[in-house]
Amino acid sequence: MIAFNKYYNQFNILSISLVVISLFLLTFKGLNFGIDFKGGTLIELRSTDSKINVSSLRDNLNSMNLGDVSVKNFGNETDFLIKFEINNNKNIIEEIKSNLDKSFGNTFDFRRVENVGPKVSAELLKSGVIAIAVALTLMLIYIWIRFEWQFSLGAILALFHDVLVTLGLFSLLGLEINLSIIAAVLTIVGYSMNDTVVIFDRVRENLRKYSDIKIYDLTNISINETLSRTLITSITTLLALLSIFFFGGEILKGFSLAMIFGVIFGTYSSIYIANTVLVRLRVSQKTVLREDESN
Amino acid sequence: MLYFSKFRIISVILISLFFILIASSNLFKFENNLLNKKINLGLDLQGGSYLLLEIDNNPVIEQKIQNFSITIRNYFKDKNIRIKNLKILGQKLSFSVDENFKQTILDTFNDEESELNPYYPRFKSHQLDITEENNIFFVNYSTQGIVKLKTSSQDQALEIVRRRIDEIGTNEPNILKRGNDRILVELPGLDDPMRIKSLLGKTANLTFRFVTNNDQDSFGAEKLSYEDESEEDALVSKRIILSGDNLLDAQPRMDSETNETVVTFTLDRVGAKRFGKATSTGIGKQLAIVLDGKIISAPVIRDTIASGSGQISGGFTFQSATDLALLLRSGALPAPLNIIEERTVGPDLGQDSINAGMIALAIGFVLVIVFIFVKYKIFGLITNITLILNLFLLIGILTIFEATLTLPGIAGIILTVGMAVDANVLIFERIKEELKNEKNNLIAFDSGYTKSRTAILDANITTLLAAIILFFMGSGPIKGFSLTLGIGIFTTLFSVYFIARLLTVLYVYRNKEKEGLI
Repeated sequence: MIAFNKYYNQFNILSISLVVISLFLLTFKGLNFGIDFKGGTLIELRSTDSKINVSSLRDNLNSMNLGDVSVKNFGNETDFLIKFEINNNKNIIEEIKSNLDKSFGNTFDFRRVENVGPKVSAELLKSGVIAIAVALTLMLIYIWIRFEWQFSLGAILALFHDVLVTLGLFSLLGLEINLSIIAAVLTIVGYSMNDTVVIFDRVRENLRKYSDIKIYDLTNISINETLSRTLITSITTLLALLSIFFFGGEILKGFSLAMIFGVIFGTYSSIYIANTVLVRLRVSQKTVLREDESN
Repeated sequence: MLYFSKFRIISVILISLFFILIASSNLFKFENNLLNKKINLGLDLQGGSYLLLEIDNNPVIEQKIQNFSITIRNYFKDKNIRIKNLKILGQKLSFSVDENFKQTILDTFNDEESELNPYYPRFKSHQLDITEENNIFFVNYSTQGIVKLKTSSQDQALEIVRRRIDEIGTNEPNILKRGNDRILVELPGLDDPMRIKSLLGKTANLTFRFVTNNDQDSFGAEKLSYEDESEEDALVSKRIILSGDNLLDAQPRMDSETNETVVTFTLDRVGAKRFGKATSTGIGKQLAIVLDGKIISAPVIRDTIASGSGQISGGFTFQSATDLALLLRSGALPAPLNIIEERTVGPDLGQDSINAGMIALAIGFVLVIVFIFVKYKIFGLITNITLILNLFLLIGILTIFEATLTLPGIAGIILTVGMAVDANVLIFERIKEELKNEKNNLIAFDSGYTKSRTAILDANITTLLAAIILFFMGSGPIKGFSLTLGIGIFTTLFSVYFIARLLTVLYVYRNKEKEGLI
């Protein structure tokens, strides 16, 4: 049996620091919102001429007064991703096309064009935030129905931890937040909850079974009993996600990365946050028996 | 109980076979209609354009208020009430009347039978609101009036957008209302959205009006510029001789005399009459052909045209003449449309995404299968068979509903593969624990299944909640993710509790006495 409970304090301090750092990053550094939430235009180009590079493309586009243009390689040397802010010119894509054709010859294939207006991006951001809030609330209600309040608190703290730290990491690394990241965050919420609930289920079962074991050791027993399941499921989920990350194409990179972070944090938090909350709230056999009687 | 009746065994086998067949119908062509279903590919996989259009209703409201200013004057004139100081303030109208008529005005506006101000009993609201301030009346559209107006202009715009897109002949466009002032257009397989964008961006409001040279034209006049800026701006009367509504048909044609591309048009009876009259009284005058506030051309009338047909020239290329004819045929939009969101994916990127998604699925699948087999041996094999059938079930259900598969949707399938083993793992780990205290394999397996049930349900319900929220809040590709993730939960539960359990039962019955079974 691994003595997870020996490190409860240390990991609690670590988690609190991570959350504080994340909040700090989110407040001061902020998130790198993509055009979905900021508005603007995104163009994915593929060039047939391998001599064209990011800087020549950037110089060319800078001459067009597009405002703040970002140009980078996308996946490989001949694919480029161009992004610029909201532009009122309706024919901007056409103009860029003809400008590029003039300068480089007809070497570009416009593989993807996305254009999001300010109104739509504001709405998308709003509905994204609402979606996450609704998800957290529903999870809260679900867990509140299923478990005693101490458990609910533990699970919800673990959830907030996972979402905050994942977003904090995105802020730190400057990774782009777009619609698919919202999907990833919601899935993380589901996954983290799932993981926590499985361990809690066991904690509650053990609480009923053993009246003489303190919650400090009881959580450790429960974690150990469910450990191989926790690990196997995390591993298979990570295998699937790593496969998406490495082979699923550039578009899914951000999404799968967020999920990979989320699964790791989710697994960690169900052991070191959810359970320590039970310990700190001195959950005992009475907690679950009282609930049983009232039912 | 670890018991399966013959009937249940056969049902499970039949259901599995059915879904394998359905799922494989994506790869083969079946003659049978039931089987001839396919998963739709989202725009991000097959390539195409997604356009969100917003109707700018402000000009419509202003126009209606303008028209109303004439209506109200005439209406009260008949009742011998003089409307004074009538002013149009954008989307508002202000006027005043003599003191003794004030109540009549208010009564007329607030009368539920009023002809002037329609009443909507369902919403308990009039079309227009009237307020009085310092003896001045203000009239503007009520909230309900605006809603009605928006809905009707959306209906009209939808119809025109549909006609324009149908004229171009793209395959299976999807044109839907969004809210009360937006239209969503999905155009699969469209390589170059530029043309459609430019066609949808035009209101195509065509009018024929005389060019005047005096400001005192009784209808008022306005200075308009030429579309091609070939000539100086011209003063054009506001009186409309003909509008696009009078057009029956329009076609691009090559004028054999001038070798110029022109658009020929045919007018309806009313239009032909008016056109004949105008051309007979206006010989020698310039008749401006105005499209969306710009003059296309302003030919001098040389002859009376009574035939009800004519042609528009204006230095067109064949393409621009074709587009103009198309716009004229399909009619004018009630209000300008703005493209507020556009997402276009080229067909080769779509194909690349499909390939990448399939490779990721195959690799993820193999990794999970190998890992599970190494970990659980014979029970790993059972889990893997279940996993494969689960995949068929998932794809089969998507096929039956002809659901739309997007790139995030494929990610959802891969994620389902990773998470689907969870239920089996929970069961097997539980059985292992039970076997520590229980010598009878059958009892241990049975209680393993029973005791793990709540955890499995909890685990899946939480993921399902997340998927449901995503489905309702998410758009386009993200919806595709929530769909596969959500359906994946149901197929997982089915495959674990029916297929995997059946296989487990069969194996355990044959090895009742064997020790260290799992």
